[in-house]
Amino acid sequence: MMRCCFVWPAAAILLFVVSGCAGVQSALDPTGAEAERINTLSWVLIIFCTAVFIITAIIASVALFANERWRQQLAGERLVIGAGLIFPAVTLTFLLAYGIFVLGMGGGSADTSDGLRISVVGERWWWRVIYRDENGRRIESANELRIPVGRPVKIDLTSADVIHSFWVPKLAGKLDMIPGRTNTLTLDVTSPGVSRGQCAEYCGGAHALMSFFVIAMPEKDFAAWLADEAKDAHQPTDELETRGQALFIASGCGACHTVRGTAATGAIGPDLTHVGSRHSLAAATLPNNAEAFARWIRDGQHIKPENLMPPYPIFSDEELASLSSYLAQLR
Amino acid sequence: MENQPRSDLPNKTPRPKGELEELKRIWATPRGWRIVTTVNNTEIGLLYIGVAFLFFLMAGVLALLMRTQLATGNNDFIGQELYNQMFTVHGTTMMFLFAVPAVEALGVLLLPQMLAARDLPFPRLSAFAIWAYVIGGLVFFSTILYDLAPDGGWFMYPPLTLKEYSPGDNADFWLLGIGFIEISAIAGAIEIVVGALRTRPPGMTLAKMPIFAWSMLIFASMIMFAFPAVILATMMLEIERSFGWPFFTAAKGGDSLLWQHLFWFFGHPEVYIIFLPAAGLVSMMVPTMARTPLVGYRLIVIALIATGFFSFGLWVHHMFTTGIPALSLAFFSAASMAVAIPSGIQVFSWIATIAAGRKKFRITTASLFILGFLFIFTIGGLTGVMVAMVPFDFQVHDTYFVVAHFHYVLVGGMVFPLFATFYYWAPQAGRSMLSERLGRWVFWLMFSGFNIAFFPMHLTGLRGMPRRVWTYPSELGWDTLNLISTIGSYILGAGVLLFVIDLVLHFRPGRGGPENPWQAGTLEWLPNDVYSNRSIPLVTSREPLWDQPNLADDVKEGRYYLPNAPTGGRETLVTSPIDAKPQYVIQMPTSGWSPLLAAIFTAAFFLLLTVKLVTISIVCGILAIAFCLIWAWALDPGPSKGLVDIGGGISLPTYVSGPSSHSWWAMIVLMFVAGSLYLSYVFSYLFLWTVSPDTWAPSGSPAPPDLGWPAAAALLLLAGSALIVLTERMLPPAGTKRMAVPIAIFLAVACLVGSLGVELAGHWRTGLSPTANAYGAMVYMGAALFGQLAFTLVIFGGFTIARHFAGKLDRERRVTFDNMALLYHYTVGQSLFGLALVHGFPRLVG
Repeated sequence: MMRCCFVWPAAAILLFVVSGCAGVQSALDPTGAEAERINTLSWVLIIFCTAVFIITAIIASVALFANERWRQQLAGERLVIGAGLIFPAVTLTFLLAYGIFVLGMGGGSADTSDGLRISVVGERWWWRVIYRDENGRRIESANELRIPVGRPVKIDLTSADVIHSFWVPKLAGKLDMIPGRTNTLTLDVTSPGVSRGQCAEYCGGAHALMSFFVIAMPEKDFAAWLADEAKDAHQPTDELETRGQALFIASGCGACHTVRGTAATGAIGPDLTHVGSRHSLAAATLPNNAEAFARWIRDGQHIKPENLMPPYPIFSDEELASLSSYLAQLR
Repeated sequence: MENQPRSDLPNKTPRPKGELEELKRIWATPRGWRIVTTVNNTEIGLLYIGVAFLFFLMAGVLALLMRTQLATGNNDFIGQELYNQMFTVHGTTMMFLFAVPAVEALGVLLLPQMLAARDLPFPRLSAFAIWAYVIGGLVFFSTILYDLAPDGGWFMYPPLTLKEYSPGDNADFWLLGIGFIEISAIAGAIEIVVGALRTRPPGMTLAKMPIFAWSMLIFASMIMFAFPAVILATMMLEIERSFGWPFFTAAKGGDSLLWQHLFWFFGHPEVYIIFLPAAGLVSMMVPTMARTPLVGYRLIVIALIATGFFSFGLWVHHMFTTGIPALSLAFFSAASMAVAIPSGIQVFSWIATIAAGRKKFRITTASLFILGFLFIFTIGGLTGVMVAMVPFDFQVHDTYFVVAHFHYVLVGGMVFPLFATFYYWAPQAGRSMLSERLGRWVFWLMFSGFNIAFFPMHLTGLRGMPRRVWTYPSELGWDTLNLISTIGSYILGAGVLLFVIDLVLHFRPGRGGPENPWQAGTLEWLPNDVYSNRSIPLVTSREPLWDQPNLADDVKEGRYYLPNAPTGGRETLVTSPIDAKPQYVIQMPTSGWSPLLAAIFTAAFFLLLTVKLVTISIVCGILAIAFCLIWAWALDPGPSKGLVDIGGGISLPTYVSGPSSHSWWAMIVLMFVAGSLYLSYVFSYLFLWTVSPDTWAPSGSPAPPDLGWPAAAALLLLAGSALIVLTERMLPPAGTKRMAVPIAIFLAVACLVGSLGVELAGHWRTGLSPTANAYGAMVYMGAALFGQLAFTLVIFGGFTIARHFAGKLDRERRVTFDNMALLYHYTVGQSLFGLALVHGFPRLVG
C-alpha cells in the first residue's frame, strides 16, 4: 500500500507547479515585500516537508515490504531516537530560527514621516477607508485602498462591530481587526497593479461577500489621485443625473451615506463621494456600473444577503435609472 | 511464570456448582425495554459509540451538502444563512458530539476489558453522562432542521456571538450543546482516571499497563485541566448574553480576546485529547499485526506525557494574527514546533515495530486503516510544522490551507484509527467480525476520497480562498480545485456508506464473538461474558496472552482471582495505583432508572432554559437533582459484608474509606477540575485588568468594601471548616446516631451561605454593579463561582444529614461524609483565595 506513497508527493509537486501563479488574490503571486518573503519561506517549507514525507514513506515501505535483513536494520529504538527525536529537534530548530528571522524583518522599520496614514475600519460587511493627508485632513472612502508603490505604508486596522481580518494575499499576511484594539500592518508594494483582499475572520452573515481591491500606484499618480479624492463630489451635468441627485437627497439616502458637497452626510454606510471611480460595488460583490447600482438599490438583499442596507423596491424604473446614473457619475 | 503449574494458581478448580450461574444472574443485561436502565460498560459503551458515530454520519452529510455548494463559483444550491449554520453545526458536532465522545466511548467500552475489570468504577455516572449527551446532542443537532442552529462558527468568537450581533436563541443552543459534552467529558475523566489507576488486575504495574490505558489516563488528565477553561468561557458568554455582564465587550472594559485565550487554552489540548487515545489504539493494534511487542514502549509513554504537557503551551498559535507581540509569537511558535517531536517518536516507534516482526506485517483492513492513518497524519503533522511558522501562518491562517491541515490531522489522526478500531475490536461488542472483503473497499474509497478532497485544499488556501465562505467568484481561479475537492468528498462519503452497509450486514451486538481472532497479546481478548472475565488474572508482562500460554483457559475456568460474587452483587477488584496490589473489592451499583431519569431531566432543564421556559425548566432541574440523590442514596454500602476471600489466600475488605477509597479519588479529580476552573477565572480577572486597568477599583469603579467585610466572610469560612473537622471527630460508633453531627453540618453549611451573603452584600453596598464594566462583572463572577460550590454543598450537606438520620452514616460507614468534607475544605480554600484576590488586588494596584 505504501508504494503509492510516491505517487502522492509527486502529484503534489506537480499540482503546485502547474498551478502556476494566477489570480489577484493568490499568496503564491506576491507583489508586496512581506508576501515575497513569506512566499520564499513557503517554498522552503514545502520542499522540506515533501522531502521529509518521502523519506518517511521510504522507511515505512522498507519496514513493510523489504527482506528480513533490511527490516532488522529498522527494528529498534535507534530508529525511534534518530528519526523521531534527533532529526526533528535539529531541523525544526533551524526552521524556527529562519521563521523568527522572517518575522523580525516585517517589524516596524517603515518610515512614515511623510505623514500619510491610512486607517481601515472593518464593518459588517464592508471596509471603511480613511486617508489623512500631510495636513491631517480626513478623506473617507470605502471598499478600495489606494497606496503608493515603493515605500512602506502603515495601515491602522480597527473594527466597528465584530472581529474582521484584513488580508491581501499578494501583498502581506493577514492581521485581525478587533474591537477596542488597533493593529498596524505595513504594506510595501513593489510594483503597480491591482490586488484583491478579503475578510479572513468569519464575521457572520455576508462574510463571504466582504472583499476589496488594493490599487498600487506610482508615487506621483497616487498624490494626484489623493488630491482628487479629497475634493467634493462632482455636480451632476445632465438632467437625468440631476433628478437622480434630487431623488437621492429626498429619499433620505443621506441619513446613512455621505456625498461630500451635498446635504448627504450620513456616517453609517460607505462614503459615496467618489463611488463611481471605484473598481467594484458592495465590497467587491458587483462590478461598478449604472446597471449594478440599480440592481443593488432594488434588490441588495439577494445580491448580498443580510447586508444592513434595506432594499428599496419603491423606486420606479425611471427613478432607478436616474439614481444610478447620478451615482455612477460620482467619479 | 510461563509454565506455572496449575496448583499455583489462586483458585482451585472445578469451581462450585452454581457459581457461574450466579455471576450471570448478577451481571445479566436487563431484558426488553428495560435495556435503557443498563449501566454495564459494554452496553452503554456501545450506545455511546453508536450515537457518536451517528453524529459523525449526520455532520458528514452536512459536509457533503457544503461541498456541493462549493463545487463551482457563484453557486446558489445552499444560501448564505443555512450555509453559515451548516459549517457551525458541522464543526461543533464533529468536535464535541463526535470526536471527544467517540474516544471516550472507546475508553468506556475497551478500557475495563483491557484491565480485566468487571466494569468501570462508577457505572451509573457513565450511564448518566451518556444519556445526557445522547438527548442533549440530538436536540442540538436537530436545530439545523428548523433554522435555529447556531451560526457563529464552532469557536463562537464574541462579539459576533453576543446578543447584539446574534440576537436569536441560536447561539444559546451552541452553548447548550457544548454544556452536555462538558458534563460527559468530566464524568468520563473521573471514570478513566480512577479506572486506569485503581481497577487494574493484580500484577499490572504502571510499567505493564497497555498503551491505550496510558493514553486514556493522559486524555483524562488533559480533560481535567483543559475543559474547565471552556466551561468558564461558556458560562461567561451565556451570562453576558443573558444578563449583560460585559466580559467580552470592549466598550465596557471587556475584551473579545479573553474568549479566544480561554477557548484555545481548551481548544488546542482538545485536538490532542482526540488524538492521544487514537494513537493509543494504534499502539495496541500495530504489535498484534506485526506479531511482536511494541518497540519503544517507554519512549511512547514519555511521548504521550510530553504531548499532553506541550499541548497546553500552544494555544496562542490559533491567535497569531490577532496582533500579539513578536516575543509571544516566537515563544508559541517554538512550542508548536516542539510538539511535533513526540508525534515523530510515536510514528517511528510504529514503523520500528512493523519492521521488528519476524514475519511481515499482516495486511488486514485494520492494518490498512493504520497505514492510511500514518500516511495522512504524517502529512498533517508536516503542514502543522508549516503553520507553526508565524509568517507562513499570517498567510494561511483562516484559509483552506488550514482547513486541509486540520482535516489531515483530525481525520488522519482520529477517524482512520477509529475505523481500524471498528474492524479490529468489533468482536468486543458484537457476535461476529466485520467483512474483511468489504473493509478493503471501505478503506480504499475513504483513503483516496479523503486525499482527493483535502489535498487540493492546501493549494486553494494558498491561492487566497478563506474558510467559512458560502460562495466565491469564479474569476479567482479556485473553481477547478474546489470541484476536485467536491468529487473527493463524494468518494469519501461512498466509503463511509459502504462501511454502514458492512455494519448492517455483519454487525450483531451481543456476546460470544470469535475469541482472539488476531492472536493479540492483551487482556481484552480473554474469553468474556456479561460479567467480563470469569476471574481476574495475575499479570506478569505487557502481553500476558503471549507470555502466559494457559491464561485464557485458566481465567475462563475461574482459576484466578474473584471467580465468584462473594458479596452477592456486582463487584470488581481494586488494586494499588502503582504496583497493582489487591486492596479491596468494590461493590458496584446495578441497573436502575435513576441515572436515565436524572439525565433526561438534566437535558430538559438546559433545553427549556435555552428556550426561556424558566419555571418548568426549574422543575426539571429539581427533578434531575432528586434523581441524582436517589441514585447516590444506594451508594456507600458500608462494611456490612466484611472480608471476602478472592483466592490465593488473599482476604480483602469490601468497604474502605479515606484515601484508599475509589470515591475519594473521584472527589480529588473533581477538585482538580474545580481548581482549574478557578485558575481560569483568576487568569481572566488579571487578563482583563491588563486590558482595561482604567475600569478597575479604586479609580475606575467603586472602591472595594472595608476590610471588615472580607474579614467577616473569611472568619465564617474558617469557622465552617473547623465545624467540619469537629464533626469528623464526633462521628458516632457504627449503628448509632448523635444529634451533634447533623447540627454541626447544618451550621457549617450555614457558615458557607452566610459567607457568600456577606461577600455579595459588601460589594453591593459600594454601588458596584456587574453590568457596569468588566471589573464589576469579574468581581461578581468570583462570587458566582463561590455560589456554585455553596449550592452544591447545601445539597450535599442536607444529603449527609439525611444519611445520618437514616442510620447510614457513622464512624465506619463514612465515605459520604468524607467526600462532603473534602469538597467543603476545598471550597473554603478557594473562597479564601478569592477573597484575597478580589479585595487585595485593587488595593495592591490602586
